[in-house]
Amino acid sequence: MKETVIKVENLSKAYQIGQIGTGTISRDIERFVRTKVLGKEDTFYKIGEANDRSVKGSSDIVWSLRDINFEIQQGDAVGIIGKNGAGKSTLLKVLSRVTGPTEGNIKVKGRIASLLEVGTGFHPELTGRENIFLNGAILGMRKKEIRAKLDEIIDFSGVERYIDTPVKRYSSGMYVRLAFAVAAHLDSEILIVDEVLAVGDAEFQKKCLGKMGEISKGEGRTVLFVSHNMSAVSRLCTKGILISNGKILQTGNVEEVVETYLKVAVGNKSADSWDDLSKAPGSEFFKLRDVRMIGPAGQVTGFFDVTEPVRAEFTYEVLKDGERYTHGLNVFNDQGVHILSSHHSNSESLEIPSKKGVYRTSVEIPANLLAEGGYELSFAIMKYKPFEVIFHKMDILGFSVVDELQSEDGRGSYSGKLPGLVRSHLKWTNI
Amino acid sequence: MTKNGEQNWDLVITGRTSLFDLKFADVWNYRDLLVLFVRRDFVSFYKQTVLGPLWFFIQPVFTMLVYTFVFGNLANIPTDGLPKPLFYLCGITAWNYFADCLTKTSTVFRDNANIFGKVYFPRLIMPLSIVVSNLARFGVQLILLIGMMGYYAVQGVHLHISAALALFPFLVLLMAVLGLSCGLLITALTTKYRDLAFLVTFGVQLLMYATTVIYPLSEAKEKYPAYAWIIELNPMTGIIETFRYAFLGEGSFTIPGLMYSTVISLVLLFFSIIVFNRTEKNFVDTI
Repeated sequence: MKETVIKVENLSKAYQIGQIGTGTISRDIERFVRTKVLGKEDTFYKIGEANDRSVKGSSDIVWSLRDINFEIQQGDAVGIIGKNGAGKSTLLKVLSRVTGPTEGNIKVKGRIASLLEVGTGFHPELTGRENIFLNGAILGMRKKEIRAKLDEIIDFSGVERYIDTPVKRYSSGMYVRLAFAVAAHLDSEILIVDEVLAVGDAEFQKKCLGKMGEISKGEGRTVLFVSHNMSAVSRLCTKGILISNGKILQTGNVEEVVETYLKVAVGNKSADSWDDLSKAPGSEFFKLRDVRMIGPAGQVTGFFDVTEPVRAEFTYEVLKDGERYTHGLNVFNDQGVHILSSHHSNSESLEIPSKKGVYRTSVEIPANLLAEGGYELSFAIMKYKPFEVIFHKMDILGFSVVDELQSEDGRGSYSGKLPGLVRSHLKWTNI
Repeated sequence: MTKNGEQNWDLVITGRTSLFDLKFADVWNYRDLLVLFVRRDFVSFYKQTVLGPLWFFIQPVFTMLVYTFVFGNLANIPTDGLPKPLFYLCGITAWNYFADCLTKTSTVFRDNANIFGKVYFPRLIMPLSIVVSNLARFGVQLILLIGMMGYYAVQGVHLHISAALALFPFLVLLMAVLGLSCGLLITALTTKYRDLAFLVTFGVQLLMYATTVIYPLSEAKEKYPAYAWIIELNPMTGIIETFRYAFLGEGSFTIPGLMYSTVISLVLLFFSIIVFNRTEKNFVDTI
C-alpha cells in the first residue's frame, strides 16, 4: 500500500462576513472576557451556517469548509473540483498555509509547494533572472537549488532573449511563462496548483499540462490540482474530490467525480414528467406529459460526448380538436448564450387539424456540433397562419456535452481547451 | 514532528498552536529569501532614480540644518558642548534608523497582503528583510556623520571617540530590535484595527521629542529633574545617549541605562513575535 502523505482530519474554516471594524474591539474584549476569564464556551462560532451565497444568512459567520476528511497517497494526482464558492480555494489556502484552519488539522509528509498564482512576488524592476531567484525562494527553494536548475528554467520559459531585461518590459504572456517555469521546477514532494493554467496561450497551456502530467506520473510526486477545466482534470488526475458548500460530496476515481460534478453543477434535468395535468406546463390547447434526453443507446442521460448526437423526446397531450400547429426548440449554453433555434417545419400536424390525444415527438441535434459545456433546452408549440407562439417554456431540459477525449473528436493530439461556441469537424485540405 | 501511531509527519497544520512556538527553524530555512528580499529592495530603489543613493544624504542634511537653526539657534537648547550640527546629525542618524525600522515594519501585513495571501513562507522574513535593508540607508548616513566629524576635526574641534565605540554593532542591533518589535506589534494590531495606523505617523514624531535627539539627557535632568524619568523610561534614550557618547565623546552613557534598554528590547521582541505569529495565521481573512 502506498504511503499517506496528506491526512486531513475534521477540517473546518469559518469566515466572518460583512463589515469587520466597527465594534470589533469591544466585541473582541467581550469575547475574551467570556471565554478566557469566565471560562465559558466560545459562542462565536456556534451560530455559523453553510456557505450558500444565494441565501441571505442570519449570521455573520459562514463555514467555508466544514468537517473535511480525506487522505492522499503518495504519487496521487488529485483533482479538487466544485462550483465557484464551494470552498476549493479555501481548502487550497489552508493546505498551503496561507491561512489557518478554524478547527481540525492537516498532517503532511514532505515539503509542500503551492502555486495559487503564478509570479507571486515578481518585482517589475528586477530582471527575469533576478526574479527567478526571488520567486523560487518565495516558493521555498534554496538558492543553490535554483542555481542548479537555472538553465532548465530559462529553457522551459522560452524567454531566454529577455532574461536580463526587467520584467516590467515583458508581455503578459512572457511574464506568465517565466513564472510558471519557476514553479514547474520546484523540488517539493507535494505540489498544489490552483487554476493558474487559465492564462497563457494554448501552446503554453499544453506545455504546462504536459509538465504537470510528467510531475505526477513520471516523478511520482503528489499533485493537488484545482480547475474548472474538466478535461484537464480528467486527463491529469487519477483521483477526484468534489466539494460543495464546504463539504465533501464525493471522493474517488476522477471520472466518477467529474461526472457527479457535471450533474450537480449544471443542475441537469435530463428527464421530467407530469402525471397531474393540472400541474403540467402547457396551455388550453395542450399539456406536456413527459420530456427526456435520450442517449445513443436509447437510455435517459444528461451527458453526451461531443461525438454523439443529442436527442430529446417530448410527450404531450392535445386537449382541443381542429388546430394546426408545430413544435420548436431553442438551445442555450450555460452562459445563457442562445446557440440555436429550430422549428419542426415539416410536421404533419401543420397539415392535418389536431385530434385530442397523446403525441410524442423527437428531435436530434447532430453530433460534432455543440462544444463542451452545459446546455438548456426550451420547448415551444406554435401556429403558422397567422404565426403565434402558443407555448414556450425555458429550461425544460438540461444536458452536458463532455469531451471524453476519444480519437474522433477533432482534437488530434491536442489536449488543451478548444474554445468556441460550436465544435464542428471542418474539412481541411492541403492544396 | 509529531508521532502519529505508524507515521512521522513533517508538518501538522492546526487551528491552535502553542503560544511559544516561534518557528525560528522555519525562518532559518528561508534565509536565502531574506537575502533576496534585501537585494530586491536595494536594486529597486536605485533603478530609475536620477540621484540614486544621494537621496539618503539629502534628508538628514536638511533635517540637520533645520534643527540647528530652530532648536540650536532660536530655542538655544545646549548640546553638551558639541558643535550643534554634529550633535543633531548624530541623533538624527540613530533615530532615523530606528524610526525607519518601526514605520516600515508597521505596515508589513498590509503592504504584502497580496504575496502573503498567495504563498506561505515564514512571515517574519519580511520584516526582518526590511530591518536589514534599512541598514543601507543607515550606513550612508553614518558615512555622512563620519565626514562631518572629519570636517570638525580639521577645524580644530576636539572630538574624543571613546572606547564605547566597541559597542556600536550592539547599539545598531538594539535599535533594529526595538524598531522591529514596535513595528511588529503595530502591524499585527492594524490588521484588525486599521485606525492604529494613524497613530504611527505622529506617534513616531512625538516619540522623537521624548527621546534625546534634539537635546541631551543631562540638560533634561538639570531643567526638569522631576520629569526626566519619563525620558529615561524610553528605551531609545539609553541607546542614543550611548551612541552619541561612542562617536562624539559626550552623552550620559551608563551601564544600567544601556542594560535597561537591552532588557526592554528583548522583552518587547519576544512579546511582539508571539503576537505577530498569532496574527500571521489568519490575517489574510481580515485584511
